[in-house]
Amino acid sequence: MNFYGTEISSPLLMGTAQYPSPAVLVDAIKGSRTEIITVSLRRETASGQGDGFWNIVKSLGCHILPNTAGCHSAQEAITTAQMARDIFGTNWIKLEVIGHADSLQPDVFGLIEAAGVLAADGFQVFPYTTDDLIVGEKLVAAGCEILMPWGAPIGSGQGLRCPDALRAMRGHFPDIPLIIDAGIGRPSHAMQAMEWG
Amino acid sequence: MQITVNREPRKITGANLSTTLTELGFTSPAIATALNGVFVAAADRDTTTLRQNDKLEILSPMQGG
Repeated sequence: MNFYGTEISSPLLMGTAQYPSPAVLVDAIKGSRTEIITVSLRRETASGQGDGFWNIVKSLGCHILPNTAGCHSAQEAITTAQMARDIFGTNWIKLEVIGHADSLQPDVFGLIEAAGVLAADGFQVFPYTTDDLIVGEKLVAAGCEILMPWGAPIGSGQGLRCPDALRAMRGHFPDIPLIIDAGIGRPSHAMQAMEWG
Repeated sequence: MQITVNREPRKITGANLSTTLTELGFTSPAIATALNGVFVAAADRDTTTLRQNDKLEILSPMQGG
């Protein structure tokens, strides 16, 4: 697979949240042989709490995919993406613009707006989106070379809730890497997505 | 002067963003800053002055998905 000019051999991306300890995080990521891990940003305290996590992440030798989790407007996501690039030194950004506080459903209108601004600013955008084909087309037109459709709402663990829609995306965007971004609750869910290509 | 730092009111004397970060104890290199919702690159902190009631955001890496 080719993500914005970077060859990736593992189809599995790993998050870095909700591990019981830093040691388990390291073991899980190394054991998975993933090449890409996602990270986030938080408000820092003067004690430098983010340093320990950042040192662990750097030691893993993976590509870093920062996200804009928690952003509820295009402008907020743009600013957070710029801050992420300043810290992580990568143009990759997993763009999230949240439209609904409970379901964390993406605001696809803000997403398209932010994707266009960021792509024009040199970012390589991985947009967290729905399985809507027209939204996908507009994201590609905005400069996205990858789409990240949801399998189900973030954190729900429901798996690939709309298989027909995801298969339609695969057929509609034959040359665009599709990464299922949310709703994966079991290893079998991930396997199912990978079987579809 | 008084500013807001990560949504908390703080009093500072720093002349620019760099000195203010040091004054407030934010010495980690793994931080990013925004002033009044506008990103300020690390390279621009020395030349970024602060004003009364400014809103400063300081972010650092954390676990995420």
